[in-house]
Amino acid sequence: MSLLEVNNLALSFAGLHVIKALDFNVEEGSIASLIGPNGAGKTSIFNCLTGFYKPTSGEIVFNGKSIVRRKPHKITRRGMARTFQNLRLFKSMTVLENVMSGMHCRSSAGPIGAIFRTDFQQKEEARINEFCETCLDFVGLLGEKDRVASNLAYGDQRRVEWARALATQPQLLLLDEPAAGLNHDEKQQLIELINRIRDELKITIFLIEHDMGLVMKVSEKITVIDYGEKIAQGNAEEIQNNQKVIEAYLGKEEDEIV
Amino acid sequence: MVPSTNTTSTDTSGQENPGGLSGWLQPQKNRMFILMTLAATAMFIPLVSNNYGLEVMTNVWFYVVLCLGLNIVVGYAGLLDLGYAAFFAVGAYTTGILTSQFGVNFWLTIPVAVCVSACAGFIIGGPTLRLRSDYLAIVTLGFGEIVRLIARNLEITGGASGLIGIERPSIFGFELSQIVHFYYVFLFLAILACFVSYRLQHSRLGRAWQYVREDEDAAEAMGINRVAVKLYAYVIGAIFGGVAGCFFAAKMTAISPETFMFQQSVLILLGVVLGGMGKIPGVIIGAFALVLFPEVFRDLGSMRMLVFAIVMLIIMLYRPEGIWPAKKS
Repeated sequence: MSLLEVNNLALSFAGLHVIKALDFNVEEGSIASLIGPNGAGKTSIFNCLTGFYKPTSGEIVFNGKSIVRRKPHKITRRGMARTFQNLRLFKSMTVLENVMSGMHCRSSAGPIGAIFRTDFQQKEEARINEFCETCLDFVGLLGEKDRVASNLAYGDQRRVEWARALATQPQLLLLDEPAAGLNHDEKQQLIELINRIRDELKITIFLIEHDMGLVMKVSEKITVIDYGEKIAQGNAEEIQNNQKVIEAYLGKEEDEIV
Repeated sequence: MVPSTNTTSTDTSGQENPGGLSGWLQPQKNRMFILMTLAATAMFIPLVSNNYGLEVMTNVWFYVVLCLGLNIVVGYAGLLDLGYAAFFAVGAYTTGILTSQFGVNFWLTIPVAVCVSACAGFIIGGPTLRLRSDYLAIVTLGFGEIVRLIARNLEITGGASGLIGIERPSIFGFELSQIVHFYYVFLFLAILACFVSYRLQHSRLGRAWQYVREDEDAAEAMGINRVAVKLYAYVIGAIFGGVAGCFFAAKMTAISPETFMFQQSVLILLGVVLGGMGKIPGVIIGAFALVLFPEVFRDLGSMRMLVFAIVMLIIMLYRPEGIWPAKKS
């Protein structure tokens, strides 16, 4: 069954067609990737999926329900979490507080509960704390929970972002260039982490990535886009041998001659 | 008497600072002890101070409440509000109109004022919260002036001369009439405001305010409804101002539109920024500085506001994050 289905999606900014009639789907429990040359429209697709951009036309069905034109926080509540291409942590807050932001949509205490510290509020806070610590433990950062986020090493800040996304208890996790800025060891850890998220937490993963080595290693299905259009879809081997993909990345042979 | 007011003030400045996490306040017990000492000092001021000192200190507690209210909007949620005096006016006029023209008991006007100021917060917040900082500041500035001009031109608000003969409240048949009574009333309000601020800051909603302040888009992506969260800040901030306004009207027994000028909003904002946005002890220090500085330098006459302005500039140049140190290192 597909968890995410995108039909005929189009997005344009003032006449510039960023995404054109795009169709693809992500199977539940799979690790899927979206690749394409720079400026192909990958992040725009993510922004459409998460509600930050309103697509010009088309349909996005998540978990059996249309999510087009829903506000981002509602989509997150429905079970789709994301990380950002450039780190978007709450810099002056602690690691634990950052992760707690993910639990916001899974909790409900309001100002009255906060002022009187009602029984319900206290239990909820304890639940938030416990779950967020579990998330931090999962990414291996529990020891750093009380440090201010901006003081962590870059690779660790990335992991805070994943923990934060996991704290929203998603069914689908969108990773926007998760390997950007990571060194070789950190990339190996990332591959392991992606597999663990899928295998242990049963969360479907959809990622955008430039690092082909990583994409080929982790993904079960790859969608390739260029100029906002899908040019290929398949597993790693099929994509590697696809003529259109090679052309999109390396250019056509006659181009080189000219 | 002036110097003595000054020393007591510095003692009480950190008064209810449950958020004070600077190193030496860290241990829980130590902090409780300091808070208790400060509260006790504040309690005993009336025994050693004359009426002038009490009047000044009452004013300090009053501004502590207003500054903490605005701190929720500006400090916690990061929304620049240049019309905060409007909410304070709404509270004061609600109590003023209900007691002087309809003979309603003072205490019954408080829940009404809470509702009316919350509505005012909702009305100004609802349509404007999509705006980003500078635009929001201009709209709130306009809102503040609109409220003042309405008060100035309506018959029920007494027009330009305002309302007089506002009933003094009484508790169990005991009328609050002397300054010492109001000193304790406002001290109680200030402690209550600190308590509520502290609890809100360290809650799910308080964290949500901080997320939205730091990165709106990331907060939204984490499932936080930024419009709802900001609206909460506006409404709660408005209630603080409204309640302070009720007691202000009762203390003064007369209010006029000139009390709620743009200058008033700026002054409250100044207290928040000067002490340190989002930090309860900082905001309290800001309120102290706001009220005490012009009093201490009364001898300078009209020059004192100039000196005040220069001191502010110097503080802002050397401590742009406010007087109180940042919470975390």
